[in-house]
Amino acid sequence: MGKARDKVKSLSRAVSELVRPGDSVALSAALEGFIPYASAHEIIRQGIGPLTLVAPISNISIDQMIGAGLVERVIAAWVGNVSTGIGYNFRRAVEHGTPRPLEVLDHSNFSITLALEAGARGLPMAVGRSPLGSTMATENPQFKSFTCPHSGQRLLAIQAVNPDVALIHVQRADKEGNCQVWGAAGFTKQAAMASRRVLVTCEEIVDSEVIRRDPDRTLVPGLLVDAVCEVPWGAHPAPVQGYYDLDNQYYLDYAAATRDPDQAQAWQEEWVDGLSGREAYVAKLGSARLQGLMVSHSRPSAPLEYGW
Amino acid sequence: MSAYTQGEIMVTAAARRINDGDVVFVGMRLPLLAFMLAKQTHAPRALGLFENGVLRDRPAAAPIITMGDAPNQAGALCLRGLDEVMSLLSGGRVDLGFIGGAQVDQWGNVNTHRAIKPDGGVVRLPGSGGGADIACLAHRLLIIMNHERRRLVPQVDYITSPGWGPYPGWRGEQGLTRGGPAALITSLGVFSFPQGRAELAGLHPGVSREQVAQATGWELTCSSSLETTPEPTTEELEIIRRFDPKRFWTA
Repeated sequence: MGKARDKVKSLSRAVSELVRPGDSVALSAALEGFIPYASAHEIIRQGIGPLTLVAPISNISIDQMIGAGLVERVIAAWVGNVSTGIGYNFRRAVEHGTPRPLEVLDHSNFSITLALEAGARGLPMAVGRSPLGSTMATENPQFKSFTCPHSGQRLLAIQAVNPDVALIHVQRADKEGNCQVWGAAGFTKQAAMASRRVLVTCEEIVDSEVIRRDPDRTLVPGLLVDAVCEVPWGAHPAPVQGYYDLDNQYYLDYAAATRDPDQAQAWQEEWVDGLSGREAYVAKLGSARLQGLMVSHSRPSAPLEYGW
Repeated sequence: MSAYTQGEIMVTAAARRINDGDVVFVGMRLPLLAFMLAKQTHAPRALGLFENGVLRDRPAAAPIITMGDAPNQAGALCLRGLDEVMSLLSGGRVDLGFIGGAQVDQWGNVNTHRAIKPDGGVVRLPGSGGGADIACLAHRLLIIMNHERRRLVPQVDYITSPGWGPYPGWRGEQGLTRGGPAALITSLGVFSFPQGRAELAGLHPGVSREQVAQATGWELTCSSSLETTPEPTTEELEIIRRFDPKRFWTA
């Protein structure tokens, strides 16, 4: 692939180099955990759009980027706020075309995973059974039903999706972008494999020897990765196993603050545009709040023998 | 008699439909509480799958809001990806799935995409998530929803999660080879789906048939033997409140 060896960059530089107007961007691929909020906020700060966003259950990351007026199309299974339901910026964009009109190609969680998996394999389509019978299957042109030539069954041909960029957040990575994740990872692997470029944010950049001590933990190999950015708390308010848990209050506050469009702009100014970067965001959260989210019930795994 | 909320009786009614040993595709909110409750009472061998990739056979060690929360991963049996748990579902290894939604119709089709307002305006809802996958692929489906006339409609405005469809054999024609709604549990009672159409099978304590008819958008038909949902026991309420201490879901 000819990707650079030392990929460590600042997040602002990585975003400006890897995300371009018109791109399709996969994000929030692990569902409620590991959401790359720091990268999403940096895209908002840099005003990069219009974008197509690709996601499963995305929680509020997509809603925030829609509110910033940077999204023209969403290919996703669910857009909203997992703690409260509705994503108000999403609703306003679909219902009223503000701040800009939004096209939505609706998927289920499984079908969007299969679309990326086909993309990862270099195939034009995946085969699925769900969501046959749904309105999605008739409205979204990425679904075509067909008769299986082997069994005669009615199935769905799901068009492959190959995003331009995947934004992923992981616990740790080395300088070459070998990413280790523990915890349920949704379709992080498929998103990274299907995308032309991969931007990794991680809680910690570790020595390559740490990766090699437990290679089974490597979810995304460095050969796929273009940039590695060490961004502690980069997924807050989403949980990252072993580092911090869900900050539910943040999601509740976001819902209250975004019901009204003017207040939604004020939220973006307060939490994104008005901050210089993730360090300022973390400082704004304050140490007491961060402390309350950190691991308080330690549960380390047992070491494994990889020797011979 | 203990005082309980509508959410709590929905959770207990749902939990009682989880059989011991069932492989359950667990949703969030009330279904998650129902799974936790069943595990702690009559179904200790039930196994829970979560679409982000969690397989667990024990309740989470602390209250959770989303399936990605740290206590839902700690102590799990297996943490993998969405593709793997969905493959278990697609392969026919999931006995029971739960979904909720904004609208349900008399055939058990569920809508979480888009509702048409009386003035013709459109309300955009979040979408499927894994709901459509569960409704298409689980052997048994339980639908949980607040009982309001605007939610229990004759025909949904958008089919997110396919139910039985308007005539027998509809599911098979779509290509769906198994499953279909087994019950609709609401804040007022329980419907079953004989011949694929909703029929009131039970009422929660203190709820009248007239009250249900009033809050139901389709022409109500009732089972000849209407049951009364057992009230949550003190033990059940204690367990639910342990997993939802702030009444985040059951208020």
